[in-house]
Amino acid sequence: MRDFSYLRASSAGEARQAALQAGSTLLAGGTTLLDLAKCGVMEPETVIDITHLSGLGGITLDAGGATIGALAKMGAVADHAGIRAAFPAVSESLSLAASAQLRNMATIGGNLLQRTRCSYFREPDVFPACHKRNPGSGCSALGGVTRNHAVLGTSDACIATYPGDLAVALAAFDAVVDLGGRTVSVDDFFLTPGNTPERETALQRGEMITAITIPASAAAKNSTYLKVRDRQSYEFAAASAAVGLEFEADGKTVRDIRVVLGGVATKPWRARNVEQALVGKVLSAETVEAASRLAMEGAVSHGANHYKIELAPRVVARAILKVGGLV
Amino acid sequence: MTRTIHLSLDINGRRHELDVEPRVTLLDALREHLALTGTKKGCDQGQCGACTCHVDGSRVLSCLTLAAQVEGRQITTIEGIAAENGELHPVQAAFVEHDAFQCGYCTPGQIMSAVACIREGHAGSDDEIREYMSGNLCRCGAYNSIVAAVREAAEMA
Repeated sequence: MRDFSYLRASSAGEARQAALQAGSTLLAGGTTLLDLAKCGVMEPETVIDITHLSGLGGITLDAGGATIGALAKMGAVADHAGIRAAFPAVSESLSLAASAQLRNMATIGGNLLQRTRCSYFREPDVFPACHKRNPGSGCSALGGVTRNHAVLGTSDACIATYPGDLAVALAAFDAVVDLGGRTVSVDDFFLTPGNTPERETALQRGEMITAITIPASAAAKNSTYLKVRDRQSYEFAAASAAVGLEFEADGKTVRDIRVVLGGVATKPWRARNVEQALVGKVLSAETVEAASRLAMEGAVSHGANHYKIELAPRVVARAILKVGGLV
Repeated sequence: MTRTIHLSLDINGRRHELDVEPRVTLLDALREHLALTGTKKGCDQGQCGACTCHVDGSRVLSCLTLAAQVEGRQITTIEGIAAENGELHPVQAAFVEHDAFQCGYCTPGQIMSAVACIREGHAGSDDEIREYMSGNLCRCGAYNSIVAAVREAAEMA
C-alpha cells in the first residue's frame, strides 16, 4: 500500500472541501478503500477520515418512509426493527451481505460506492489492461474467465458486475441518495459503463453522500431479497433479486410490483418490463415464470457467465412467488 | 516523503503511545509496533477473519482498519479477554474443552468473533452460529468443534 497523508475531518464541510483536491479520498468503513489500496487499485495521496463526524449515523422512520444517515453501519441497519418491518428486502439484503465483522465496519454510504469484484480490475500487476482503472488501456476480462461477469448493461469497454446487495433493494423502492446539496435517485446514481467505465456513479468530486431516504410503500412492506451464490454465506451473488408486491383488494391481482436484479448487471438492474408484464395480472406460477424471463431482454453471454441468463429469471420468479405467498 | 503521525490508542484498558505512518493498519500497529501478536494476520484483505478485534465492543477486522481511525475508541484484543488472575474467558475455556482448533492460527480471531456473536444474541442455534461466524475461516476445518464450543459458551452466558 502506497503511503498517504491522513486528515481527520471535523465537519462535513471540511471533508467536502478537502475532497475537492485531486488525489484525495473520503474514508468511512475502509472495507473497500483499504482493500483496494492494498491491491494497488486505489492509490490516494490524502485520506480524509469522516468516521469521527457526528450526526450522520442516525436511522429515522415515520409514515412517509426511512432516512438512513450515510455513516450508519450495515449491521445496525440490518438489525433495525423498524427497517425490518417496513422494508424487509433492505434488511435482508444487508444481513446476507459480507460478514458480521464487515457489517460492523462498512457504512451505508460507503456500501453504495463499493467497487466491482472483477478479478482483472483487482490485480493491476498481473492485468495492466482495464478501462475502469486506466481508460483506454483495454479490458482483460473480455476473452478471459467471465464466470462472475455481467450479462446486462455491459459494453465493449467493460463487463464488470456491480457487486452490492443493498443498492439492489434500494432501487426497488425508489430510494434517493442525498448528496448534501442535491439528491439523486438510486437508479440514476449508478451508471452503466458505456465508453466511460471509469465513471461508476453520479457522485462528483467534492460531493459526499450524507443520507439515503426510502419512501414507504405497500410493496416495500411486502418484500424480500433472494440471493443465490456459490457458498451459503459470506459470498457475492451469482444472481439475486429484490422484489416487492402489493395486491389489489382481491388478494390475487397485482397492483404494484418492483423487481430489481443483482449479481448479473453492471449496475442494480431494475426490470421494469417484468413489472409491467405483471401489473393487473392474477399472480400464478405460469404468469410469473413467463414475465420473469423478460428480465434477460438484451442479455449478452461472454461464455462462462452464460449460466446467469438461465439462473437469474428463476431467482426472480422464486422471489415473486415468495412475496405472493405462492411458495 | 514518509510522514509519521502520533497516536494514542486505548487497548485492553491501557493507553499506548506510538508514532506510525498514516497507512499503518490497526493489525500492523498491534503486531509490529506494540508486540501484541495474539491478533493474527491471515489474508490481510478482509476475507479470513484471523485479525478480528473489538472496537467499542463491536467485532471488526483490524487489517482493514487504520490505526489512526480508532484513536479515542476502546480496542480489545485476544490478550484482553481473560480475567486479571489469568482465568480464561468462558469462550476460551469452551474452545479448549471442545478442541475447537487444529493448527490454532485462526483461533484468536474465532474467539474474538464468538465473544461478540454471543453478546449480539446471534448464537441461538447451530445454523445461526454458522451464519454469524461465517467471516472466520478455518483452513484446518475444525468447524464442527468451533460450533460446539460457541454453542456451549452461549448456553452458559
